[in-house]
Amino acid sequence: MDLNTITEVVRPLSRAQLPVWTAGDAWLAGGTWLFSEPQVHLTRLIDLAELNWPGLTIGDTHLSIAATCTVAQLDALACPPDWMAAPLINQCCRAFLASFKIWKTATVGGNICMSLPAGPMISLTSALDGVCTIWPARGGERTIPVVDFVTGDHANVLAPGDLLRQIDIPIAALKRRSAFRQISLTPVGRSAALLIGSVANNGTFTLTITASTVRPVQLSFPALPPADQLSDTILRRIADGLYHADVHGRPLWRKHMTLRLAEEIRDELQAHP
Amino acid sequence: MTFEINGKTFSNPPRPGQCLRTFLRELGHPGVKKGCDAGDCGACTVLLDGEPVHSCLIPAFRADGHAVTTIEGFGGIGGTHPLQRAFLDAQGFQCGFCTAGMILTCASLNQAQRQDLAAALKGNICRCTGYRSIQDALEGTTNIEDAAAGPAFGRSLPAPAGPLIVRGAAPYTFDTAIDGLLHIKLLRSPHAHARIVAIDKTDALKVAGVHAVLTHEDAPDCLFSTARHERDWMDPDDTRVLDTIVRFVGQKVAAVVAESEAAAEDACRRLKVDYEILPAVFDPIAAITDGAPPIHGDKTTMHRVANAARNIVAETHGEFGDVARGLAEAAVTYEGTFTTQRVQHAALETHGGLAWLDASGVLNVRSSTQVPFLTRRALAGIFKLPPDKVRVFCERVGGGFGGKQEMLVEDILALAALRTGRPVKLEFTREEQFIATSTRHPMRVTVKAGADSDGRLTALQLDVLSNTGAYGNHAGPVLFHSVSECISVYNCPNKKVDAVACYTNTLPAGAFRGYGLPQTLIAVEAAIDELARQLGISPLDMRRRNVVRPGDPMLSPPGSEYHDVKYGSYGLDQCLDLVEHAMAADASHPPLSTDWLIGDGIALTMIDTVPPAGHIADCGIKLCDDGRFELTVGTAEFGNGTSTVHRQIAATALATSVDHILLRQSDTAHGGHDTGAYGSAGIFVAGSATQAAAENLARDLKALACQMIGSDPSVCVLEADHAVCGRQRLPYTELARSARAGGQTLQASGTSGGTPRSVAFNVQGFRVAVNKGTGALKILKSVQAADAGRVANPMQCRGQVEGGVAQSLGAALYEELVIDDDGRVINPKFRDYHVPSFADVPRTEVYFADTSDSVGPMGAKSMSESPYNPVAAALGNAIADATGIRFTDVPFKPDRLFPALLKKFG
Repeated sequence: MDLNTITEVVRPLSRAQLPVWTAGDAWLAGGTWLFSEPQVHLTRLIDLAELNWPGLTIGDTHLSIAATCTVAQLDALACPPDWMAAPLINQCCRAFLASFKIWKTATVGGNICMSLPAGPMISLTSALDGVCTIWPARGGERTIPVVDFVTGDHANVLAPGDLLRQIDIPIAALKRRSAFRQISLTPVGRSAALLIGSVANNGTFTLTITASTVRPVQLSFPALPPADQLSDTILRRIADGLYHADVHGRPLWRKHMTLRLAEEIRDELQAHP
Repeated sequence: MTFEINGKTFSNPPRPGQCLRTFLRELGHPGVKKGCDAGDCGACTVLLDGEPVHSCLIPAFRADGHAVTTIEGFGGIGGTHPLQRAFLDAQGFQCGFCTAGMILTCASLNQAQRQDLAAALKGNICRCTGYRSIQDALEGTTNIEDAAAGPAFGRSLPAPAGPLIVRGAAPYTFDTAIDGLLHIKLLRSPHAHARIVAIDKTDALKVAGVHAVLTHEDAPDCLFSTARHERDWMDPDDTRVLDTIVRFVGQKVAAVVAESEAAAEDACRRLKVDYEILPAVFDPIAAITDGAPPIHGDKTTMHRVANAARNIVAETHGEFGDVARGLAEAAVTYEGTFTTQRVQHAALETHGGLAWLDASGVLNVRSSTQVPFLTRRALAGIFKLPPDKVRVFCERVGGGFGGKQEMLVEDILALAALRTGRPVKLEFTREEQFIATSTRHPMRVTVKAGADSDGRLTALQLDVLSNTGAYGNHAGPVLFHSVSECISVYNCPNKKVDAVACYTNTLPAGAFRGYGLPQTLIAVEAAIDELARQLGISPLDMRRRNVVRPGDPMLSPPGSEYHDVKYGSYGLDQCLDLVEHAMAADASHPPLSTDWLIGDGIALTMIDTVPPAGHIADCGIKLCDDGRFELTVGTAEFGNGTSTVHRQIAATALATSVDHILLRQSDTAHGGHDTGAYGSAGIFVAGSATQAAAENLARDLKALACQMIGSDPSVCVLEADHAVCGRQRLPYTELARSARAGGQTLQASGTSGGTPRSVAFNVQGFRVAVNKGTGALKILKSVQAADAGRVANPMQCRGQVEGGVAQSLGAALYEELVIDDDGRVINPKFRDYHVPSFADVPRTEVYFADTSDSVGPMGAKSMSESPYNPVAAALGNAIADATGIRFTDVPFKPDRLFPALLKKFG
């Protein structure tokens, strides 16, 4: 929709050209959320497109995803065959409430910075041990795991003017065996629970719970636990108040779906070692 | 900046925060539609460098240097793309508002996406079709028949607007450019109940471009109802154009008229309103309890508010026989309380319109309405203008479903145009649509029923509490309708009704497809099933033993004063048989784990083919010089398909083809009267008027031909655009020439008063699987049989049934407008108010009973609301059959079903 209070768009070409952050500013990445709601408190958009960050860079140890990398770019990534976790990328893209048309514009960083419980890029990058690089408004750089970046429903660690630069995924995480489960109140609707499990070479089992909880919850076990240990751990680690409540699912149901999907993941990873 | 749009270069700079959608429209591409303006519905889809995007989400400046293709340029200049042709052949549209976005999205799908339309089309909402015909278009299926051959009535002929719709050229409400247009934005109340003490306009008036700020001080001191009915006494006079009291969050407080929407919005934010907060009540039971704050305490029965002190707008009570005795003597009884939620029409075109004063001083209003004539009448009354000084019309309307049987914008448009003397526009946002238009009436329905050991009903009792929200538009008529056909379809010696519609400080409810029946049917049809289950009788046989048959009185207490409903035809028995056979025919389904519980359910509905107390349509037709006919009808087209059928009726009566019938419609300037396109009357009433007009003209044509030839009128027939008298054949062009030579125009008119009325029937069957571990529901089979009389257009009628099932599945499974403890709608967006997408709608097998109605035009009956009505009830019955649990609250979402499933199955 038209954002009628916007009076200026600045299009910096480098970090040095980023303007001093002022009240009324907003970063513009894909804009798919920004332009989807009234933003009457905003007067200036700072367009990140001209920074021309390379969307995806495969290094020796990490896959670097620019915050401005579009969902479609990530989905189209030709992954090496030993990235056994690669199917998670498409599974998480498909978990978007929005269609493939939006994926062309929406960005990975934008989804993470929205910090919805049901942010599939949060699910993906936190499950893959992603680490965010932030450009703080005051200068410099800092890093924080994605799983800690999101602190609640629509809440994260960014201060005004901070900018998410990129997310680095360890290649090792992409080589883990994984299992994906998602449930929604409707066939292709917003995730009410999205769980990803993975088993590392050393047998470590990591379960990442998103969408059902207000922020990502990651559970780690030295090996695949028995069913009761898994459910006990979930019950112990996730207080009832941590389950998200909104029109996309009631907390009691989300809790039971979390337990159910976790067991399905455990079962799948156990069945196909 | 330069933009290449459909091959043409534009260098106009967009505004900094402007999105591509409005930029494209401003540059003359009205095919780019606004359904939500939030990226959820896909109506604004365009191709950006060949890739589909939602143009409402794209900052316009980002299209700089890129190529944009809108629907207008998709087929090349004047051309038709094969996919546009496919949408025409399949008739993959009804109102057509989603079509441009749908076509551009479909055009970009690769083979893999075409195999997975559930995912590929999740960003495109069609509210009308139920998606089957869209899938047909993608698969290259042709559903239309050749227009040229044979009588038009009864054939699957295409909608006349189709070629324009697929090219994005059909004009909808806002698809016009007017010089000097001013824009209206409304300031809305943040409080659920408050008195406006003062409004300080000073800062608002200082905003550049603001022409006027209108408040209650500017509004006529006149009470009316936003509901539009042929009889004004059907609704309470409880509404003002702008009131001094606001009664729900979102009610309009003031209107700013400015040179741009931006200026109007800015000025709205600068208005300072001093409110005195009043106590509010949101729960309908609390609202009618002693001590509740009266919401319309200043109204009386003079305003047609039944009991203002108790917040009761309307009520009805009555008993036939003795229900207590009927229950006492029953072999089995059932009692249950059912609740239905707040759902919205979600027509893709939002409410809105344009108004201007023309050179002759006539106030013109072009709006998105189902009722132009009744709106004209209301505006003339409110603004004390002679009716001939007000013209209301609509172009093609982007969906209605009852939501536009309401005057929600035209009053403000008129006020602004009269006050400023300038052309004005008001276009609701999707959020405004959700928070400030109308919804279906949420109801709490308690049913008590009993039957003897043979399965004959001995008692049927309904207790209904309907929540009409802050205003009483449609409160009474919906309430009365909700307790009528759902029980009058059953023979039962003892029936009782207690029904109350109450005010609460919430978004008003209004007319909605089905008009109260879907809410009560859930309870009644559940009770029939529960009695059958206890008796070991099949649900179908239980109904066969109790439904009315021709000759049986159709009774619901306290009884109507209108006794003009008759069995013009009767196909309920056939509908039951058709559904029974179809459900039994194929019991296969995909393999499912043991977590899935499978069950069948049916429900039936009867509906009077016309609302009571009169529904009027005047139609006119004349022979043009070129031998074609100009047909003028008042009824509006919003995807209901009446334009197609009116042409079929006229063409059949005049022995011509539909392409020789030129249709003019829905404009008070054309003269005559039309009550409106509601109550499923577009064919049954207005079609009768068209038939009468066409038959009158046919008689005149024959008379003239005989006069010209000198033969006996009794032997003259019309045949293939000729009057044929014996061996002599006179083409219509010759008749026209002769009439003109004699100083005459061959024209005739027809009127229908909407009485007597007939009854139509629908039976819905579902086979469902319910996952006892998740609450998820799969529809394995969906069948609907419809008794539409002689089906005027089988393809369109099938589309009405499928669309009704789809919309009703939304209400049964997903949709719910949620209001918080402060009276605020918390989910005013499509992403939080889920209307069915392609993935959500199963294919429904549609069957028609073989009947012909003695009342309806050429044997046809209404079939637009009723397919919606039995869906939730049938689904509830199927879920009960599958799980053994009777769920009583819709929507049947997984998280709602889950607690009881967990309790029962662990």
